[in-house]
Amino acid sequence: MLSTQKISLAKVAAKAFITPLTVRTFASSAVRNVSINLHKNSFESYNCDAPALDVEISKEELVRMYKSMVTMRRMEMASDGLYKAKLIRGFCHLCTGQEAVAVGMETALTAEDKIITAYRCHGFTYMRGGSITSILAELLGRKAGISGGKGGSMHMFTPNFFGGNGIVGAQVPLGAGIAFAQKYQGHKAATFSLYGDGASNQGQVFEAYNMAKLWELPAVFVCENNRYGMGTAASRSSANTSYFKRGDYIPGLKVNGMDVLAVHQAVAYAKEWTVSGKGPLLLEMETYRYGGHSMSDPGTTYRTREEIQHMRSNNDPITGLKQRLLEFNIITEDEMKAIDKAARVEVDQAVEEAKASGEPDLSEFWTQIYQKDAGVPSVRGREPEEMHYY
Amino acid sequence: MSTTLLRSARLASSLSSLSRTFLHQGTTVKHLHTSLKTHYAASNSPPPAEGFLPGVANSQLIKHTHHDALRNPELAGVANGETKKMNTFQAINDAMSIALATDDTACVFGEDVGFGGVFRCTMGLAEMFGRDRVFNTPLSEQGIAGFGIGMAAMGSTAIAEIQFADYIFPAFDQIVNEAAKYRYRSGGEFNVGGLCIRTPCGAVGHGGHYHSQSPEAYFAHTPGIKVVVPRSPIQAKGLLLASIRDRNPTIFMEPKILYRAAVEMVPVGDYELPLGKAEILTQGKDLTIVGWGAQLYILENAIQLAKTKMPGLSVELIDLRSILPWDVETVCNSVNKTGRLLIAHEAPKTQGFAAEIASTVMERCFLRLEAPIQRLCSYDTPFPLVFEKFHVPDMVRCAEGIERAMKF
Repeated sequence: MLSTQKISLAKVAAKAFITPLTVRTFASSAVRNVSINLHKNSFESYNCDAPALDVEISKEELVRMYKSMVTMRRMEMASDGLYKAKLIRGFCHLCTGQEAVAVGMETALTAEDKIITAYRCHGFTYMRGGSITSILAELLGRKAGISGGKGGSMHMFTPNFFGGNGIVGAQVPLGAGIAFAQKYQGHKAATFSLYGDGASNQGQVFEAYNMAKLWELPAVFVCENNRYGMGTAASRSSANTSYFKRGDYIPGLKVNGMDVLAVHQAVAYAKEWTVSGKGPLLLEMETYRYGGHSMSDPGTTYRTREEIQHMRSNNDPITGLKQRLLEFNIITEDEMKAIDKAARVEVDQAVEEAKASGEPDLSEFWTQIYQKDAGVPSVRGREPEEMHYY
Repeated sequence: MSTTLLRSARLASSLSSLSRTFLHQGTTVKHLHTSLKTHYAASNSPPPAEGFLPGVANSQLIKHTHHDALRNPELAGVANGETKKMNTFQAINDAMSIALATDDTACVFGEDVGFGGVFRCTMGLAEMFGRDRVFNTPLSEQGIAGFGIGMAAMGSTAIAEIQFADYIFPAFDQIVNEAAKYRYRSGGEFNVGGLCIRTPCGAVGHGGHYHSQSPEAYFAHTPGIKVVVPRSPIQAKGLLLASIRDRNPTIFMEPKILYRAAVEMVPVGDYELPLGKAEILTQGKDLTIVGWGAQLYILENAIQLAKTKMPGLSVELIDLRSILPWDVETVCNSVNKTGRLLIAHEAPKTQGFAAEIASTVMERCFLRLEAPIQRLCSYDTPFPLVFEKFHVPDMVRCAEGIERAMKF
């Protein structure tokens, strides 16, 4: 349904949970919007209403989503290649297959909202403003890296993205704290704390739930359920695999995390929920990773190749969006191919730039342990005479 | 010193001809680096999670033959038995197998132990002893520790695994406040002696912040628990069996880089090695060196390197084995003999365990000391990713420390 007439903002907002972004695009009447109906199984709710199944979204937004997902997948594939070429060392957890979560979230949020997640963070870093070069350089441990080459795969940050955390579950109470600060400082924004199905059994996650509900924080807890915690199937780690219900006193919503529009809709809903003062909300994104837990894991010892293939063929987020774009005549096949090609070129160029960057200066070894000029004059080294003076 | 030189020095930690070439003047460092790289050129597979430590294969500390292994007086109980070639994870597996076979109440649990564990330490145990005795836990370190404490309080033997020592901190409260104090605060009514927590620790070359830490110092500060660090397969098996059977909660820290690197002829029988007792690896009269775990191989190479500068140097190398309680007598007797002490460990310098050893030795051997006690430890920074080779006390640094101790 195309609509070019001006509609009052209030009426628009009163319709199914439209994001501020879409409202803005509505207001500028030159933009053409699409109404897409999500599958009836896209949501399942717990102690709350499900978001509406019809999504109003602009064509530009849809194309942007497609471009983001394609670029993200290229970036992860490039990382895969670099790791196998032994240029990336250490640990590398790729989000191939899970792109819809990062992209759907970002399009529903603003820069004021905060996101924090665990180690499968390259996609989120990209969506939150990290350049591909800086992400790849960080993986390579180079100066141009987003953390100066000092963090690596699991430690990437942008001004509104709190990482990138290595210890499973530790980021969830952090997310509650960020949400508290937002409320305290009067921001009309929310914090999205992501964790996986494996992490959902960490005690600190429940501590965070309790604090968030007690103090009605604008915290949205998002469980990215990709069915496997490293090599352990969800059913073998969790007594209750309905992760969206694990919040008990916190209402929850299960979302088809392979459909970028469902994610978008749910995240917009969640943001509206928390920012309007209803307290925290739990989202469970049903998603899937095609690769293993990390680059050291083939990903086939605990699940069948048939399952992976089935998910790739039938539930791929990029293919799903592609079909929608074609169905609604948003762009042509050729334009899509052009986007694919442009993404490949962009990522290839970023790989070259990242490789060209040098290793961090040795001086960086001693920086950022404490605040600069914090009254810590020196760092002791390996032997008595080896002192580093600031 | 340039990056390349230091990196090559670290790589050249084996006493093969490569390192001898390095020690001669005039050899280009680049050549050395390339030949070591091709030596390890592998297929498209990622590097092993345990890393590489090439020097271990040529180490004199490793017992390569059956007779060499059984010459150890501590193995008198199995001196007539067979030995089998095992690496560290196989030796640990064997120890747990024996523990499960000889103790009906023993259970092994932790993240992913069912299929064999991320380092294969628990391979085959679930199949042999049943999934009710060898089972996976969810991703909850605090839960694992607490659960193990509860089991042990009921008299069972709980062998818990924390997948990496870096993840042990959520369990820190349980270990320090529950396990360590149970016997004391219950006036002896309960104890958790049957608890043994096993965890891989130490640097591997690519571990970064959260797969490389050595947290022994945090736990050494806790009366009521024991902390043990083995250096080789024979030691690992004996010390692990002793740790499991010891009626005090014990933390067994396994240097993960040794899982595959160290291969010895390990006695197949049931044997224990004493806890709380250090082992003198080489006798000497000039300098006492104390270390534990993988650092001993670095120290061995450092001693060799130092001997090229100081021929005739006679060093007494001691493997501490137990961090808590540590063998004060052996170390102090040795220092009283030599008058000089050097301690090296991978953990950061400030408040590392070397500080405790140095203070105690200073108290006991003050008048005998000929030189300040040398502590070769890592920099006081979080464990870095790209800067790892600058962070840890490698062979060259340790050799410099030896020189400093001798030439004071």
